[in-house]
Amino acid sequence: MTTRYSFGGDEHIFVEVDEEMSLEAFFKSLSITKAVRESRIKGVTEICPANASYQIKFDPDMISPDDLLAELKNLEAAAEKSEAVLETRIIEVPVLYNDPWTHETLMRFRERHQDPESTDLEYAARINGFDSVDAFIAAHSGSPWFVTMVGFVSGLPFMFQMVDRPQQIEVPKYLRPRTDTPKLTVGYGGCFACIYSVRGAGGYQMFGITPMPIFDPKQEISYLRDFMVFFKPGDIVKFKPIERAAYDKDVAEVEAGRFKPLVRNFTFSLEEFHGDIDGYNKKIGEVLYGH
Amino acid sequence: MAIKVLSPGLGTSVQDLGRPGYYHLGIPISGGMDRYALRAANMLVGNDEGAAVLEAVFLGPELEFTQDAMVAVAGADLPPKVDGDQRETWTSFAVKAGQVLSFDYLKGGARAYIAVSGGIDVPLALGSRSTYTLGALGGLEGRNLLAGDMLPVGNASGAAAEGRSVSAKLRRRPGTPAELRMMTGLYWHRITEASGRRFFEDTWKVAPEADRIGYRFRSGHPLEFVERKPPFGAGSDPSNIVDSCYPYGSVQVPGGTEPIILHRDAVSGGGYFMVGTVISADMDLIGQLQPHTPAKFVSVDMAAALAARHDRQALLNKIRAALG
Repeated sequence: MTTRYSFGGDEHIFVEVDEEMSLEAFFKSLSITKAVRESRIKGVTEICPANASYQIKFDPDMISPDDLLAELKNLEAAAEKSEAVLETRIIEVPVLYNDPWTHETLMRFRERHQDPESTDLEYAARINGFDSVDAFIAAHSGSPWFVTMVGFVSGLPFMFQMVDRPQQIEVPKYLRPRTDTPKLTVGYGGCFACIYSVRGAGGYQMFGITPMPIFDPKQEISYLRDFMVFFKPGDIVKFKPIERAAYDKDVAEVEAGRFKPLVRNFTFSLEEFHGDIDGYNKKIGEVLYGH
Repeated sequence: MAIKVLSPGLGTSVQDLGRPGYYHLGIPISGGMDRYALRAANMLVGNDEGAAVLEAVFLGPELEFTQDAMVAVAGADLPPKVDGDQRETWTSFAVKAGQVLSFDYLKGGARAYIAVSGGIDVPLALGSRSTYTLGALGGLEGRNLLAGDMLPVGNASGAAAEGRSVSAKLRRRPGTPAELRMMTGLYWHRITEASGRRFFEDTWKVAPEADRIGYRFRSGHPLEFVERKPPFGAGSDPSNIVDSCYPYGSVQVPGGTEPIILHRDAVSGGGYFMVGTVISADMDLIGQLQPHTPAKFVSVDMAAALAARHDRQALLNKIRAALG
């Protein structure tokens, strides 16, 4: 990993922790941005961790760009020595895979896809070497995922699969972005899963839909009353495949204000995870389901 | 006091100086695209510089006032009319209860800032009244104005006099071609030296896809990339990167063909490489560009960017001194 610093105009410093994606690069970005937040440097107005990079917005009338750059480099040196342990949450996200809404949408934009003859799920299963869509869904929902970035649009989580690199699912984005994506679509692009927080344009492959809202600007949904955005970087997500009946029931529960996401607190250790990935992921499942 | 929206214009929204602090969650700063004009319009009517105003793009709204107010329109050359009688831009004028404020056709620029004494008093959302339509947040129900809307207006504490004006030399606007000063960086190293030179030599044209999220440009040469092995997670296109944050003003070039400058309603991140960032002093100018306007990128360093920032601040100080 080689950290690269660049000014983004006179108001931003952009820091690429690594050119390629890894949990190590993400942890480093998270740990430096945490240190920046805690050091309360004057003139810093936005602190944005991303997958393998981070960005600071600042007011150059309050701090000189070179002084801030020097401070960030000091914090990087300190972050390298810190232990990769994270107090976080494990969250279950129910997913209706192969749902009628994303299916209707992907058929509408077929000419923008690499493989107009198949669906996004069929295409992703095939190019990742799975025998069937069911086997692909089993892999997608079988391991947990790290939220390594929140952004693009309001509260949208980017998620990185917690498996060895050879097993990681990879798919290209659409050849040309769609102008429409249903709200709460579970999507995929590059090595990242995402959940579209709002309806809109998008280029990620579409695999399914969750009944669980993750952004509510009106703050009316029971579990989004305190804050309108559900996810934060460092959250661990487990997808749970559900059938249409369960999906409809969850949607009704959300509308009635009774839906409560399954969430458990958890202390994640990167070292322990790498020591035994399968065993560690099993432990995450046990903490989530309480046995 | 309220204003009744008789017709909304093309995309008129409530904006103030924006909503900093939530970009790490994908909620952009929003606020007026031309903040220089927004501040000037507020000063003209005696408001705080950051009071909420209406940002009208290309076509003005038609507004019926239910009480007397002082109004000023700054930014684009969108001539205001009161009950059909023309008024000056960049100048305060009175509108009486029952009168209708409308606009003539756009004569220059793109966005007009309509300040009303007391400010547009929609509820604060995460500390700002700015409208972010993609997230349905802020403004009037998180959207642009519609016919029939009633816009609440705050109490004017010290409404200014009629006929206050910003002198012509203090009105900032882009030249022809528009020159947008930019600091190279971010992923500039991904393109060849020759391609980088051409990028600054080319005259670009504002594309029709130009809005509060970003401004797209056409007509220049496609960029030539330095060869590489795609980093894991970046994607196979040479313009792809592992999804990162996007600075405000950053210039991304998906597929190496059409540069997009991200503006106040920016998507906060994504997987396209960026060649640099337009400097803070020139962000206002972008908001005044119409589609098909010729534009050139001009390479500057940090010292020049900071000097330009101070020049802009000095101009605002002159308006403050003149109107204070």
